[in-house]
Amino acid sequence: MNGVVGHAATLSALLLAAFGAVAAFLGGRRRDVRYVTAAQRAAVGVFALVALTFATMERALITHDFSVSYVAQVGSRATPLFYTIISLWSALEGSILLWALILSIYTALLALWSRRRSNSGAGVDPYLPYALGTVLCVNIFFLLLISWPANPFRPMSSVPSDGPGPNALLQNSPFMGVHPPLLYTGYVGMSVPFALATGALLAGRLNPDWPKVIRRWTMIPWTFLSLGIVAGAWWSYEVLGWGGYWAWDPVENASFMPWLTATAFLHSVMVQERRGMLKTWTITLIVSTFLLTVLGTFLTRSGVLASVHAFTQSAIGPFFLTFLGLVLLTSLTLLAWRSDALSSEGRFDAPLSRESAFMVNNLLFASFAFVVLLGTMFPLIAEAARGVKVSVGGPYFNQMSVPIALTLVFLAGVGPALPWRKGSLELLRGKFRWPTIAALATGIVLVAAGVRAPLALLAFALTVFSAGLLVAEFAGPTSARHRTTGELWLVALWRVCTSNRRRYGGYMAHAGILVLAVGVASSSTFRREQEWTIEVGTSEQLGRYQVRLDSVWAVHESNRDGVIAATTVSVGGRVLTRLNPRLNYYKSAMEPIGTPAVRESLREDIYLVLMAYTADGKRATIKAIASPLVAWIWLGGGIVGLGALFALWPGAGGAPRRDPVAELGRPRARPVSEARV
Amino acid sequence: MMWNGRRAGIAIGGGVVLLIFAYLVWGGIGSNLVYFLTPTELLAKGSSVYGTSVRLGGIVEDGSIRWDADRRELRFRLHDENAKTVEVLSTGVPPQMFSGGIGAVVEGIWTPDGVFHSHNLMVKHSNEYRAPMPGTKPPEYYRELFRKQQS
Repeated sequence: MNGVVGHAATLSALLLAAFGAVAAFLGGRRRDVRYVTAAQRAAVGVFALVALTFATMERALITHDFSVSYVAQVGSRATPLFYTIISLWSALEGSILLWALILSIYTALLALWSRRRSNSGAGVDPYLPYALGTVLCVNIFFLLLISWPANPFRPMSSVPSDGPGPNALLQNSPFMGVHPPLLYTGYVGMSVPFALATGALLAGRLNPDWPKVIRRWTMIPWTFLSLGIVAGAWWSYEVLGWGGYWAWDPVENASFMPWLTATAFLHSVMVQERRGMLKTWTITLIVSTFLLTVLGTFLTRSGVLASVHAFTQSAIGPFFLTFLGLVLLTSLTLLAWRSDALSSEGRFDAPLSRESAFMVNNLLFASFAFVVLLGTMFPLIAEAARGVKVSVGGPYFNQMSVPIALTLVFLAGVGPALPWRKGSLELLRGKFRWPTIAALATGIVLVAAGVRAPLALLAFALTVFSAGLLVAEFAGPTSARHRTTGELWLVALWRVCTSNRRRYGGYMAHAGILVLAVGVASSSTFRREQEWTIEVGTSEQLGRYQVRLDSVWAVHESNRDGVIAATTVSVGGRVLTRLNPRLNYYKSAMEPIGTPAVRESLREDIYLVLMAYTADGKRATIKAIASPLVAWIWLGGGIVGLGALFALWPGAGGAPRRDPVAELGRPRARPVSEARV
Repeated sequence: MMWNGRRAGIAIGGGVVLLIFAYLVWGGIGSNLVYFLTPTELLAKGSSVYGTSVRLGGIVEDGSIRWDADRRELRFRLHDENAKTVEVLSTGVPPQMFSGGIGAVVEGIWTPDGVFHSHNLMVKHSNEYRAPMPGTKPPEYYRELFRKQQS
C-alpha cells in the first residue's frame, strides 16, 4: 500500500512538474499571465505531491513496512524511533527523496514569491516564469531519479520480517538528524539563484533589482550550507575518533566547493549592484555553484569515489553525468548568446578601493575552489587516463589552502575598511594604526608565551588585525551616534546595526569567520595526542590532564551492544569530568564503531577514544587528544549563521542606495563617509 | 573595447599570476600523490617506489603478527591473492579488530631494507552493508566480556 501510494505520488509529481515547466516557458515567451499562473499552481502542487511521497516513506519506515524496498534496506525493528525517522536519508534513494522534497519547497516558495510580485501590478516579467521553468526542470530530473533508477518504493518479491537497520556509522550520532538536512537545504537551494540567472539570460536583460533579488535567494541557501558544513565537521569530530574535523575527504570537498563559489558570488554581486560591473563573472559564479552541487551529488552518490560518506553505489551515475553535461552546455550557450546584455557599466577607478578588494577576494575564492576541485578530481582523471589508483594527500590541500585562507582572513577586515571607488593612503593609515599595533602585540605576547609555530603566529596576528578593523567599523558609527543622540552605548550599537542590516550582518559573518580561523589555527597547531594501554585503577598523564581508567564493562541496547571504558579525568588533583568512550557493535556492521567521549570547553577539549580492550575487562587502550580552542570553530560557524540571519531579517536598511555617481555615468570625487555599503 | 596599454598590462600581469598559480598547483599535486598498490604491484615496482607515499592493501597473514609493547611496534606481513608478501612495520596499538586473515590498508613508505614503514594502519572495511555470509560470525570478542560480567 505505502509502496503504491509513494510511487504514484512521485509519478504524478513528475508529470505535474513537466506540465508546469512547459507552462512557465510558454507563459514567459507569450507574456501570458494565464500560463504563468498555471505554472505557479503546478509548482505548489509538485510540492504537495513530493511532500506526500516523503510522508509516505516516513510512514513506511515508522510502521516497519518491509514490503517497501527502501525500508527493507535501511529499516530495522530494533532501531530507536529517532534513528528510524532520520534513516530516510541514510542511503542513496532516500537522500535523493530528501533532495527532491527540499527542492520542491524552494520551488513552491519561488512560485508564491513571483506570484506576489506580479500581483503587485508589474505584469509578467518574463525572467520570473523562465526561472520557475528552469527550477521545475531541475525538479523533473530528481523526480525522474526517484521514479526509476533510484526508486525507493520498489515492491519486495518476498517481504522480510525484519531489516538490517541503517548504516552503523549513521545511527551512531544524533548529528545525523541535523547535518544532512542543513547541508541539503543549502545545497539544493543553489538551484534557485541558478534558475534566476538562467531566467535573466533567457529574458535577455538584467533588471535593476536583479542583483538584490538573486542575492537574497542565495543568502538563504548559503546560510544553511555554511551551518551544514560546520555541523558536518563537528559531527566527524564527535564520531570518527581521530579528533579532527576536516580531512579533505571528497565528500567534504563536495560540500565546500559550492560554498566557496557561492561566497565569491555574494561578494561580486555587490559590485554588480553598486557599480554595474562584473556581470558575466557574477553569473558564471552562480552557474558554477549549481554545477558544483550537481557534481558533488554525482561524486558522492554514484560511488565513483570510495569514502566514509559514499555509503552506497548505484546506476544513477550516467543520469547525473548526462544532467551535468546538459546544464553545462545550456549555461555556456546562454552566456555566449547573451553576452551583450552583460556588458559592464562602470570601470575601476583606483586599485585601492572596495571594488578591488572584492576582486582580489573573488580571485582567491575562485582559486580556492579550483585547488579543491583539482585535488578532488585528480584521482578520477589519473585512473581514467593512466589506470593507476592514486589519492591526493592532505598536505596538497593544506599547502595550497593555508596561504589563500590567510589572505582571506586579512581581507575580511581590510575589505570593509576600504571605501568604494577610491581610498586614500591617509585614510588607511588612520584606520590601520591600532589594528596593526594590536596584531604586533599579539605576536610578541605569543612568542613570549613560547609559541614558535610561524604559521600559527601569522594566523593569530592577521586575525587580530582584521578583528581590530571590524571592531572599528562597529565602534565608529556607534560612538558617533552615542555622542549625537545621547543613547546608551548598547542601544546606539543596536540602532547602528539595524540601520543597515545587510552591512552589519555581513560584518558579523566576517567576525564569525575570524573566530573560526582562530579555532582552526590553534587546534591544528597545538593539538597533543597520546595513546596508552591502562590497567583498571591506574592513571596516565597528558599535559595537565590525568586520565584514570575506572572500569571496562559491556552493555546491551536495543539496536547495539557496547563496550564502555569508564574514566575519570582530573586536573591538578581535582576531578574535571568523567568520560566514557565506547565501542559499539551493530548488527549491520562487521567491525565495532567507536564513540569518542569529549569534554568540550572554550579553552580546550579533552577527547578520549577507546581503541581496544582485553576480554577480561582489566585493561583498555585509550587514545587521548587535547585540542585547544577547537570549540571556537563551532562557535564561529554559529556567529556566521547569526550574522546571515541578521542580514536577511526583513526590515529597514536592507538595500544600499545604488551609487548615484554610476547612475550619472560621470565619475567625480565623493566624501568617504557616504561611499560604503 | 580598446586594446590599450593598461589592458595589456592587466592581461600580462594576470597571465603571470595564473602561470605561477598553475605551477604551484601542479607541483603541489605531484609531490603529494599517494599510490594505491597491492603487494604484487609494490614488489614489481621495486626500487622505483622507495621513499614515495604508498597505500598498500592486502590480507594480514595468519600468525605473522608480532606486537612489541615496550617499543610500541607492530610487525606483520601483508599478502594478496598472488601470494606475494610484504613485511610491514607499524607504530602504535592496532585497532580492536586487527587480527590475522583480515583485510588491512597501511599508509607509509617502502624502504630498501625490504620493510614497509607504516604510519597509518586501517582495517579495511566497506561502509556498505553486507549481510553476514553463511559461516561467518559477527565479532564475538566482546561477548566474553559479558560472560565475565555475569559470572
